[in-house]
Amino acid sequence: MTMSRRKKIKWSFFVFFIPVFLWLFLLIVLPQLELLRMSFLKTDYYGESGVTLGNYLAFFTEPIYWLTFVRTAGYSILVTLVVLIIALPVSFYITKVADFKITNFLMVLILVPFWVSELIRIYGWMILLRESGVINHFLTSVGILREPVEMLYNDITMVMGLVYTTMLFMIVPIIGVMESLDDSLIEAAHDLGAKKITIWRTIIIPYIMPGIMSGSIIVFMLVLGSYLTPNLLGGKNSIWFTEQIYNQMIIYFNWNQGAAFGFLLLLLSSFIIWLALKLTKQDWRTVIK
Amino acid sequence: MEIALSVQNLSKKFGDFTAVKEVSFDVEDGKFFSILGPSGCGKTTLLRTIAGFYEPSAGSIKIRDKDMSGVEPNKRPVNLVFQHLALFPMMNIFENIAFGLRRRGEASREIEKKVNDILERVGLPGFGNKKIDQISGGQKQRVAIARCLVLDPSVLLLDEPLGALDAKLREHMKVELKKLQAEVGTTFVYITHDQSEAMVMSDHVAVMNSGSFEQVGSPQELYHNPKSSFVAQFVGNNNRLPVKVHKDERGNFLARYLDGRDYLLEGEYDLSSGEDHDLFIRPEAIVINPPKESEVSNLMRCEVKAILFDGGNSRLLVIPEGTNEELLVALPQNKQYDNIRVKDKVEIGWNKAAAVCFKKVEFKIYDDV
Ligand SMILES: Nc1ncnc2c1ncn2[C@@H]1O[C@H](COP(=O)(O)OP(=O)(O)OP(=O)(O)O)[C@@H](O)[C@H]1O
Ligand SMILES: [Mg+2]
Repeated sequence: MTMSRRKKIKWSFFVFFIPVFLWLFLLIVLPQLELLRMSFLKTDYYGESGVTLGNYLAFFTEPIYWLTFVRTAGYSILVTLVVLIIALPVSFYITKVADFKITNFLMVLILVPFWVSELIRIYGWMILLRESGVINHFLTSVGILREPVEMLYNDITMVMGLVYTTMLFMIVPIIGVMESLDDSLIEAAHDLGAKKITIWRTIIIPYIMPGIMSGSIIVFMLVLGSYLTPNLLGGKNSIWFTEQIYNQMIIYFNWNQGAAFGFLLLLLSSFIIWLALKLTKQDWRTVIK
Repeated sequence: MEIALSVQNLSKKFGDFTAVKEVSFDVEDGKFFSILGPSGCGKTTLLRTIAGFYEPSAGSIKIRDKDMSGVEPNKRPVNLVFQHLALFPMMNIFENIAFGLRRRGEASREIEKKVNDILERVGLPGFGNKKIDQISGGQKQRVAIARCLVLDPSVLLLDEPLGALDAKLREHMKVELKKLQAEVGTTFVYITHDQSEAMVMSDHVAVMNSGSFEQVGSPQELYHNPKSSFVAQFVGNNNRLPVKVHKDERGNFLARYLDGRDYLLEGEYDLSSGEDHDLFIRPEAIVINPPKESEVSNLMRCEVKAILFDGGNSRLLVIPEGTNEELLVALPQNKQYDNIRVKDKVEIGWNKAAAVCFKKVEFKIYDDV
């Protein structure tokens, strides 16, 4: 009796589990394994093949590769910090200051940009910022600028674009934690003699740290792995690491090298996140929660 | 005696709604002052205005003779123990208590000494390294008070700090808190909706009703000489009897109750604005079957509806003859009344000086107990 019952449960478990498992395995794990295999394969112009670490070593021996990565990682950290600095007061305003109706309106305002695709959003920016664009037109006709300037294709515009497109992913987790912060904690700190800055430093930031960390990880990974924004808005003489992978695979047709770069991106970014968690003394388990 | 806190004509409005109406009181240094009132009467609003979280709409607050208008909460020499304590969950107990001292920039040696001293004082020695969620409700209570006391405030404000505790612990903490206050000698302003808390702990109690003070006095004064119907009802237990007051030919004032009989009243009454009154008789002022030779002014015939046994606090629920009303009568446990049974006819008596009578007014007491 109990045996057959247990078997039944197992059956239904498999019925539900197998599609999920297949989906995960076939579409995510399998391609990754194939890429991993490819990254260790040698290719040369004579069509010879064999196992090698050369694809990985190339990253460290060719300065152009690792410099691109350092630049990409540096800008990703910068973008994450800028997003964080903007997100803190914004989330505080939304959760603690604004009243109910304004809160909803602000959330919609933050969500709206994500109803259009990234590409459309960036073309929107380009229409605004290019030499013959709306802003230049306005500034010259008002007389602030003598002649139009090119505002696209530089790193500042690129950082602004990345900040804009990833802001939501910082604000949402921070708001999630901040909502549970009891207002009376802030008042108690104020009552015990703390100034505004001290309250942020000693009460609010320690309390919302899990939200800050998960938001930062998401933003950092999104920026590091983004392709459209840095390539369309960024300067032409500086190149994003994802573009390096694209170039290897699509332009040079060197899939093995591209795959190796892909895995290096994964490993190095994981390392950076691990380092950041260590430095801020956070436990990854609380962050994932 | 120096005045630690002086509040004059204080009002606080939220839009059109007046939460605190023209409240005035002085608290002497080292006293335990309570503000007692039903839920929603504006106690928290008053306390938060004193602490500096609300700007008063009118009136003034002086602490040790210094005017507090425009002074931020972090600059006021008062500290507030919050209704839900508001201990900092990201810090251990030591850091919670040290928080205020650190903000003052005191030396860490000094801080350590003061924190350990106060932990000793509130009966939690060696608890410094524990986390907030590792201690019990009563202990949290003491940490919240210690966190304020360590700063040696001119006035300590407490917003129903025992509200979250269970009945037994609350009973215990009442006494603890009173002892602690006597020991440290800090001025306490304590708000509560629990009249027994206020009575047990305070030197003076202010009874608050929908935004204004009805009466300020010692617990004994409030109990024996309530100045209004609300105070009579709210402080201690009381039977409220709807009566019509009239004057007989000899000039005595009499109260006619629903049973059709007249009962003697103490004092003079102005009957120009109607004769509807409420007569208040405390259960403990009533004698059951008074002996013939005793001099009780009033006698009433009743039937016993129920015997509410509760040890020393036992009472009899009786129905006056010819009415549907219910009265509570104290039932002393001295074996004298052990033969009383439900449905028995009893006579109850009280001295006219032990009862008070006020013009009928409508009010609501939202009591959640
Ligand atoms: N910030 C505010 N804005 C508008 N109205 C408020 C505000 N704070 C309190 N009130 C109103 O003022 C009245 C008094 O509230 P208050 O919190 O002072 O009551 P209380 O006596 O402390 O009650 P309780 O015993 O339930 O804590 C209530 O009717 C409440 O709705
Ligand atoms: Mg309150």
